[in-house]
Amino acid sequence: MKLRLATVWLAGCSGCHMSFLDLDEWLIELAEQVDVVFSPVASDIKGFPENVDVCLVEGGVANGDNLELILQVRARTRLLVSFGDCAITANVPGMRNRLDGAEPVLRRGYLELADGSGQLPHAPGLVPDLLERVLPLHEVVPVDLYLPGCPPSAARIRAFLEPLLRGERPVMEGAAMIRFG
Amino acid sequence: MSVRTLTIDGRDVAMATGATLLAAAREVGVSIPTLCHLEGLSPVAACRLCLVEIEGSGKLQPACLTPVAEGMVVHTDTPRLQDYRRTLIEMLFTEGNHVCAVCVANGHCELQDRAVEVGMDHSRLPYRHPDRPVDLTHHLFGLDHNRCILCTRCVRVCDEVEGAHVWDVGWRGEHCRIIAGLNQPWGAVDACTDCGKCVQVCPTGALFDKADTTGEKHADPARLWTLVRARARGQQTP
Amino acid sequence: MTTHSPPPSSVLRVRCCSSAGCLAGGAAELRQALTTAVARRELQERLAITGVGCLGPCSQGPLLAVDPDGALFAGVTAADADGLITALAHRLQAASSAEREAPLAWTPAAGEQVDTERPFFTRQRRIVLEHCGLIDPERIEAAIERGAYEQLRRAVQECTPAEVVETIRRSGLRGRGGAGYPTGLKWATVAKMPGERKVVVCNADEGDPGAFMDRSVLEGDPHRVLEGMAIAAYAVGADRGFIYIRAEYKLAIVNLRRAIEQARRRHLLGAGLFGSPFGFTVELRVGAGAYVCGEETALIHSIEGQRGTPRPRPPYPAEAGVWGLPTLINNVETFANVVPILREGADWFAAIGTEGSKGTKVFCLTGNVRRGGLVEVPMGTSLATIVAEMGEGCPDGAGIKAVQTGGPSGGCVPASLLDTSVDYESLKELGTIMGSGGMVVMDHSTDMVAIAAFFMAFCRDESCGKCVPCRAGTVQLHGLLQKHLGGDATAADLAQLEALCHMVVDTSLCGLGQSAPKPVLSTLRFFRDEYVARLRPQPTAAAAGR
Repeated sequence: MKLRLATVWLAGCSGCHMSFLDLDEWLIELAEQVDVVFSPVASDIKGFPENVDVCLVEGGVANGDNLELILQVRARTRLLVSFGDCAITANVPGMRNRLDGAEPVLRRGYLELADGSGQLPHAPGLVPDLLERVLPLHEVVPVDLYLPGCPPSAARIRAFLEPLLRGERPVMEGAAMIRFG
Repeated sequence: MSVRTLTIDGRDVAMATGATLLAAAREVGVSIPTLCHLEGLSPVAACRLCLVEIEGSGKLQPACLTPVAEGMVVHTDTPRLQDYRRTLIEMLFTEGNHVCAVCVANGHCELQDRAVEVGMDHSRLPYRHPDRPVDLTHHLFGLDHNRCILCTRCVRVCDEVEGAHVWDVGWRGEHCRIIAGLNQPWGAVDACTDCGKCVQVCPTGALFDKADTTGEKHADPARLWTLVRARARGQQTP
Repeated sequence: MTTHSPPPSSVLRVRCCSSAGCLAGGAAELRQALTTAVARRELQERLAITGVGCLGPCSQGPLLAVDPDGALFAGVTAADADGLITALAHRLQAASSAEREAPLAWTPAAGEQVDTERPFFTRQRRIVLEHCGLIDPERIEAAIERGAYEQLRRAVQECTPAEVVETIRRSGLRGRGGAGYPTGLKWATVAKMPGERKVVVCNADEGDPGAFMDRSVLEGDPHRVLEGMAIAAYAVGADRGFIYIRAEYKLAIVNLRRAIEQARRRHLLGAGLFGSPFGFTVELRVGAGAYVCGEETALIHSIEGQRGTPRPRPPYPAEAGVWGLPTLINNVETFANVVPILREGADWFAAIGTEGSKGTKVFCLTGNVRRGGLVEVPMGTSLATIVAEMGEGCPDGAGIKAVQTGGPSGGCVPASLLDTSVDYESLKELGTIMGSGGMVVMDHSTDMVAIAAFFMAFCRDESCGKCVPCRAGTVQLHGLLQKHLGGDATAADLAQLEALCHMVVDTSLCGLGQSAPKPVLSTLRFFRDEYVARLRPQPTAAAAGR
């Protein structure tokens, strides 16, 4: 049976997913070995499925939607991977944490920096509420593996996935594998 | 000059009296991670990365300033030390705002290098995201406190090598901050000679050349040793 | 309080506590009111009103004692002054000796007469505090009447420095600042260091929460400490001394400044003392509010005018201290033990206490305790004797849960182990330390996790920030403790808390960081169930994003 692979995009710039796409022709090999069951770049399925073997999660947990999804991902995934620096450290999205709270962030973004006609967004149920702080995944749910980088290079992603496909745990050490940035 | 013989990680080494364990380890190719230490500056043993185990001593000792002693048996890489070093690096990453992706020193940062060495693929300690300022008042250089790890290399190089003592440490504990002059904007401190030594020795992107953008800072702190040694020779030659 | 000689029977004396605690309760107003009342009756010749140092049961202040019989009154206010003076005047005018010697028929309106036959008093053995509360600390004459500077004279004129060091060594005195290093060995080390110039430093940067032993000694008997320092200087070959005192100790600073000036004028400090070539000067250095400056290397930096941060040892101050000179650093209470040791002999001192811990120890009994205050007991006295018998347990009959010693560097001893003897080794075995002498009693309503968090918050605030594990580790530990208090911690958090404690202990540069996790480790050892009871099985989504 093929490995059921998912990728998820939370609070990040999608750069990790772009780097994933940089795997180029190896993606074809990958596609032969896995079923991509959920992914913003390789699948059209809207709901996160059950029984996922490996899920790469890009981005930190920044709003209510992120939180809901990551809890679902954790519950349905065997091996959860923090994919890239935002998932691991909150990184750039986490820079808003120094403002200490959702309210000051919204005021800063929508009022203080607006050109005179700013207003706070208010669309309950449509626009997800910001969490008070952006959190790395492992501060919200247990995480099994970490794949650092901003973004992790295609080579690093491949070196990470290949052992997984063989049923082995990737060795995460050395600058080629775990250097941040 | 008398010599002391000791064992570091099972390797025998003979060193001149007064030499440090760090020097002895390097002599036999044992690498001990450091951050606050810089050849040419006085040791402060503040980062605690170079702590080693010495048989018969209950306390861990900093290799950067512990002198070699006859018959010492030193262990530099035990599981306990490995775990402590990783925790220390995690403490540094989480107490500041180290966003490697947008840092001038990305790819040339000693903190980043140490994180790799200690095997930090994530921090087990929560990030604190403190609110820290950036000082861009100097006409050539900038100081981003978000990236500062308080190693005090800048303080020491300015005091001990340049002789200007522009830098010092203000406040205490988690509120510690490198300050220029009497806590003035850097650009307002007349004592600064614009020499840039602080920028060169800074292990991270905290002190930087304003002309540099992301990943463009390529400091070479080891050059300081060349300067200090050359000066010492100059003083010896009449 | 039995060593004083009563004044002539025709003269009465009222000793008003003038220590900071009683002053805060209105002791200055009381003393003024007494003086005024005496003047109004023109009794100045026969009724003396003097200020003295700490009288003991501080929690009941303002306190005063009436001589010759030493009756002690608590909770006295200025409004009581007239009544007291009237009663005393009546006694002075009494015709028969029976009337003069009858117990004083007076009690303060809102206070009480304190029964000095209570264990709080009878279980004490006052060596360090022998003159504290008896003499007027503002008058050097009062100290000299009781023998002050006599041991210094004797040492300088009759002993060699080596003999003095040997006496201290044989006495078995150990440092009273917390660590318990043998004082004689320290003196001998500094004495053996080469060099013409050496320094003696008195560490009066007492900063543990709930500790005021040193303050009480300095406020009540400053010459005792000055003489101890001068004897130490003679023994180790120093000519210059510093007292590093925290700025918050305003009264102690005033009393010390005055005492130094008085001693200087009488040539008891200065050059060529007692006709010998030995000279010794003392200067005060007032701290700026940093707890870490009680750490000896930080203290040295602060004396030198540098930022008060510690440096690694070795070199120890004995080798390279103030300005690189060989430096002897002892705590206030240690110096205060020197004079009685010289006066009574090393054997006398060594006969008091236990095998490894000689002499007495001054404690500040505070917290949930009925009789709080300053007590001095022989080493080896059990904790139960101090808190249950002398302190008379918790108020309102609540049971004792634990006793905290050693402040932020110490730990909590559970009620089941209160039979432990107070000595350096026994306390260390229990994961706490003698410390400088703070002793906080906690009753069963005390939340031990909250206590650990309180001390961690203290260390977090007081970390100097120089080394990473203390600067960042105390912050992380405090955060973890807050998480436990908030009920958001999991078993993994508890494991991390414990691991991080050991890491900070092992890696910090100075004693502050090395001992900052001690209150956590100690409460984990004896009250682990209180941590476990708060754990939740899984991290909650609600906890995320806070």
